[in-house]
Amino acid sequence: MAKVTIPIGPQHPALKEPESFIVTLNGEKITNLDMRLGYNHRGIEKACEARTYVQDVYLIERVCGICSHSHSTCFVQAVEEIAGLQIPSRATYIRTLIAELERIHSHLLWLGVAGHEIGFDTLLMYTWRDREAVMDTFAALTGNRVNYGMNTIGGVRRDFTKEQLADVLKVIDICEERTKYYIEVCTQEPTVINRLSGVGYLSHEDAMRLGTIGPTGRASAVDKDVRRDDPYLAYKDLSFNVITDTHNDVFGRAVVRVLELMECYKMVREIIARMPDGPVTVKAPRKIPAGEAFSRYEAPRGEDTHFVKANGTDKPERVRVRAPTMANLQSVAKMLEDNNLADLPIAIAAIDPCFSCTDRMIGVKNAGGIKDTVRWDDLRNYSIKWYRQQGIDFTGLNKKMANRQE
Amino acid sequence: MSALLLILFLILEFLFLGFLGMAVEFIDRKLYARMQNRIGPPWFQPFADFVKLVAKEDIIPEEANPMMFKLMPVLALTAVFTAFLHIPLWDSTPLISFNGSVIVIVYLLTIPTLTFFLGGWHSTSLFSMIGAVRTLTQLFAYEVPLLLSVLAPAILAHTWSIEEMSEFYSKNPLFALTNAIGSIVAMIALQGKLERVPFDMPEAETEIVGGTFTEYSGRLLAMFRLAIDMETVVGASLIVAVFLPFGLHSGPLIGFVLYLAKILLVILLLALLRTVTARLRIEQMVVFCWKYLAPAALVQIIISLTLNWIIK
Repeated sequence: MAKVTIPIGPQHPALKEPESFIVTLNGEKITNLDMRLGYNHRGIEKACEARTYVQDVYLIERVCGICSHSHSTCFVQAVEEIAGLQIPSRATYIRTLIAELERIHSHLLWLGVAGHEIGFDTLLMYTWRDREAVMDTFAALTGNRVNYGMNTIGGVRRDFTKEQLADVLKVIDICEERTKYYIEVCTQEPTVINRLSGVGYLSHEDAMRLGTIGPTGRASAVDKDVRRDDPYLAYKDLSFNVITDTHNDVFGRAVVRVLELMECYKMVREIIARMPDGPVTVKAPRKIPAGEAFSRYEAPRGEDTHFVKANGTDKPERVRVRAPTMANLQSVAKMLEDNNLADLPIAIAAIDPCFSCTDRMIGVKNAGGIKDTVRWDDLRNYSIKWYRQQGIDFTGLNKKMANRQE
Repeated sequence: MSALLLILFLILEFLFLGFLGMAVEFIDRKLYARMQNRIGPPWFQPFADFVKLVAKEDIIPEEANPMMFKLMPVLALTAVFTAFLHIPLWDSTPLISFNGSVIVIVYLLTIPTLTFFLGGWHSTSLFSMIGAVRTLTQLFAYEVPLLLSVLAPAILAHTWSIEEMSEFYSKNPLFALTNAIGSIVAMIALQGKLERVPFDMPEAETEIVGGTFTEYSGRLLAMFRLAIDMETVVGASLIVAVFLPFGLHSGPLIGFVLYLAKILLVILLLALLRTVTARLRIEQMVVFCWKYLAPAALVQIIISLTLNWIIK
């Protein structure tokens, strides 16, 4: 069969969100991959600037359906840092509890999606059934299955009773037992191993160079975890291991995720055992003083960062969200070099992508109005010109960089 | 008059096979669902799917060859039905019987796969074409093990007629047990023929959308799906007739119930295989078939030949 180019997306059964991967095939082998983002832009960052901080918490929570708590906590942390708020320790523990439960349901979800991508629907049905238990726990704790609405500036919106926490422990016990079984399935079932090992290979050097984070990076022995490296919330009080793996392939990513689940269960138990008493919120000012803050958070898919700039009013001047998928997406092209078409869905799914969280838009205006397409050189020249107008000149630096590369 | 009766009988037989095919599809789906902790479809789901598809509009791609595109589903149905006429049901006598019918059945069962290939190839869609190429690649992987596994019992029975084979094994049931390896090989090869997990690469939805059938819709798709349902029954019947020829002379009623029970056993095993495995890659499947299945079938043939030599 001659070389063919097939479109995977923007609409394709393998993708849960619209995103375009244009694949050039030689028989079954991938020779070229062209990735296109931007089918799912929602303009959330801009919308944040038009709303008050309290409204933004709800908007930011809807950046991602799966790691909703990650985004809202990350945002709220930044705002609290600017406002200089010290939140009560019970509130940090509750936030950490929700965060770890979220990681559990996100990793179980990933395991199911991975099973579906390799045609192993039984794993999908099993893991999603267990994920239901976690979702029901969320509904019982927070009133919602997906967007929990727990965070507010200065603390959390709900307090939990002892009985509620005891119920969480029961669910955790069930999930732990099931997860042990999934670890067996993932590491012993021959067809699963055949489909996962050696697929989407990303060496440690490439993983470092492309800046992969989260479980994707940790499967290539990138030993980075914000929870340990830059502790936030209650993580400095908790004991946990950062799981890394040296398989460098999709199998490694699966192993990292299932073992992380086991760590999550341990942490949830510890959080509940240590949960301090006291108030869950402090009074936050409506107007946040001028300033800026950068906040880091280890979301289930990797490090999530938010930047917030306040100008003394009740609305932020700038909010910048960098979802973990943004950092991992570049590595997909590297992973898929010389792979089979059959491995494309699982290799993409292995970074646990969340495309709508990632999509941003860059519009460029010139004298003749808005052009539909801008060439890379034009964009570069435009940026050089723009910075020169601001009084910054990079030409010298560019020459230096070019010389060094030679 | 007798010609008319024959046609009427064939139509009835066709309806029976279609009904059985859908019933088997339901049982397979229900078993698959129950093993996955799901509730599964209601009993009429395959019928409802069929009726709904038939009521839908046929869309033929502009680029496609309309003649080939329309002909392929009909051909698939015909081939499967013709194969069914050669297979014994409640006793050892099929409708059509001659020396060499085993080969004819295997040959007729190859035709649907070829129609999937041609139908996909002629729809000119990229996804269909990749699916079509995979269908053909897969055919070369499982066809030889399937034929070899059916060959071994034939060697032992000294006949190419499925009727005489059944007769031989029902008289000597212990010999049927020596074909255990062959029956496993045939079952796995059948799974490949039916394009089900772990061998469903031609229609792997997460990779190539609908695979071979991407462009098919309406009546034509309904016919293809019916053909696959029927192929399941015919394939299972072939395995039952060759490898499980027990209790053939206990009258039509008990014989028929026994036949259904045996088919259900085969379907259960196929559904179980589908539940516990992930989809292989096409080259992994080819390697698996040639490295493990074909040698296993050869071992079965050697066993049969040795037994032959001992008996003489």
